[in-house]
Amino acid sequence: MTLTASSGTASSGEAAGTRPPGHEAGHARRSVRMPGMLRAGAARSSVELKAFFRNKQSLVFTLMFPVLLLLVFGSIFSGKVAGTDTDLKQVFMAGIIAAGVMSTAFSGLAINVAIERDTGTVRRLAMTPMPKSAYFIGKLSRVVVTTVLETALLLGIAWGLFGLPMPSSPERWATLGWDLALGTVACALIGCAYAAAIPNSRSASAIVTPVFMVLQFISGVFFPFNQLPHWIQTVAAFFPVKWMAQGFRSVFLPDSFTAVEPAHSWELSRIALVLGLWALAGLVLTAMTFRWRGPRVR
Amino acid sequence: MTTAVGDNPITVRGLRKSYGDWHAVRGLDLDVEPGEVFALLGPNGAGKTTTVEILEGIRRRTDGDVRVLGCDPAEDRREWRARIGVVPQTTGAYTDLTVREVVAHFAAFYPHPLPVGQVLDMVGLGKHAKKQSTDLSGGQARRLDVAVGIVGDPDLIFLDEPTTGLDPVARREAWDLVRYFADRGRTTVLTTHYLDEAEALARRAAVIVAGQVVQCGPIAELGGSARPPATVSFRIPPELAGRGLPPLPDGAEAEAPTADGLQRIHTHTPTALLSVLLPWAREARVGELPELRVHRPTLEEIYLNLIGSSAATEAEATR
Repeated sequence: MTLTASSGTASSGEAAGTRPPGHEAGHARRSVRMPGMLRAGAARSSVELKAFFRNKQSLVFTLMFPVLLLLVFGSIFSGKVAGTDTDLKQVFMAGIIAAGVMSTAFSGLAINVAIERDTGTVRRLAMTPMPKSAYFIGKLSRVVVTTVLETALLLGIAWGLFGLPMPSSPERWATLGWDLALGTVACALIGCAYAAAIPNSRSASAIVTPVFMVLQFISGVFFPFNQLPHWIQTVAAFFPVKWMAQGFRSVFLPDSFTAVEPAHSWELSRIALVLGLWALAGLVLTAMTFRWRGPRVR
Repeated sequence: MTTAVGDNPITVRGLRKSYGDWHAVRGLDLDVEPGEVFALLGPNGAGKTTTVEILEGIRRRTDGDVRVLGCDPAEDRREWRARIGVVPQTTGAYTDLTVREVVAHFAAFYPHPLPVGQVLDMVGLGKHAKKQSTDLSGGQARRLDVAVGIVGDPDLIFLDEPTTGLDPVARREAWDLVRYFADRGRTTVLTTHYLDEAEALARRAAVIVAGQVVQCGPIAELGGSARPPATVSFRIPPELAGRGLPPLPDGAEAEAPTADGLQRIHTHTPTALLSVLLPWAREARVGELPELRVHRPTLEEIYLNLIGSSAATEAEATR
């Protein structure tokens, strides 16, 4: 897809070809065929992915942190969840996949955007004719690739080392698919919006990580959700991680586990609704708060 | 919308930029002509960068008319951006990418980019194409900024202190680059602290002090009537001691000779002064005036004089 700009943007009198040879003056206009959004988006995506995989810091903190959590807690947790026939370990493994999505899509992206504002990348891109949407296409590519990789890594370890059963039916695989997709998009858009709350890249981790940690704890990643105090359950229900984790439990745990779920069912349509609303809120907030220039864009 | 002054790439009338009570730019007018290298001079904090950033469309103005390549920069149109090349004052960091990758990446946004290899050679980074951009020295990183700014083969180039941090050799290379674009009929706006740079590259310049243009014109004529006079100096030989100076042309002012006999005379017309001094010396059978020198003011002196007189006027006005 290419945007074609005729030579009539402003001083339309000077079409290419009518100007005398050797007089390629500043105002003369060459025929302009702007590279389209897809080309620019592909260029951004390629740069995003190269940067992610070459950067040891983002590889370790974003990708390996949930893996470490899985290895440590997967080895510690034992026994069944009270009132059910299900291993605590399996509940945790379903939860850690949600934490993984939040790590790559929310934390990773918010910190990444804050750094790019500080290092001049955002500002520099704003000085080029890049379609602004290409920047976000690049971020989406980064987040989708890293989240899929993260999920595959966590699933592989959970299955290979800790015996987590793979989803037992096509419906469950489908739920894994849409929960992952919606959760990723919601977390990425919120991450983009949340970057506006970060004053500079040095404080990025300090402002992002507490949110990530607190939401993990109150959303039933480390502890079975039903064992949390009621008011914490209520608070967590306003945020996406709780719903994402519940979706992943529906993928990996037996249906009998719904006995201890808050609504005594998986509430799949509500999960989709809440994640969809968060994605929408993230989109609106990003559109409202993202700045290409200004005091924080160095 | 028609542009008032012919088809100048840049026309600015009454530009203002205020931050609360602080007025960074106060009623600035500017015309940059097609194909010229135009220098913006001025002390730190004079409003040069603010002005340039408004022209580049990355800063909003408070008031005034601005046309750059026939468009209002605030509209930030993509087709317009594709014709503008910007080398900002601050050096960018392109983490985890090689030099070639950075330039190729930015090339992808332009309809007619220059070949990446050619751009790297032009800025003198050809040998470092495969180097990680974050491993570059300060001067090399600055060249990468320039490469990113020009890869789109712009019609109008903004260079905001492009050679700050460059060694003398790299500065000359950057100058060649400016000339390369000038030779191709492109227009360049150059902000600089280095007066030799303005003198070497630009035909015209504007001096900005306290958010206003205090002088604008050909560099050779900069200063105008406020231009400091030339100084003619020589050592008074014994033959001429005690004879006193001849009647001097209008406007020439002689200092009292120093204790060791050095005579200084300030004048705007040094040739006319010499035509009086030489016969006067010959009369006393002095064929050669010892240590005779004509010192014309350097751009730096003119510039400091301009800034000084403008600051004085300002102090007067606020009194």
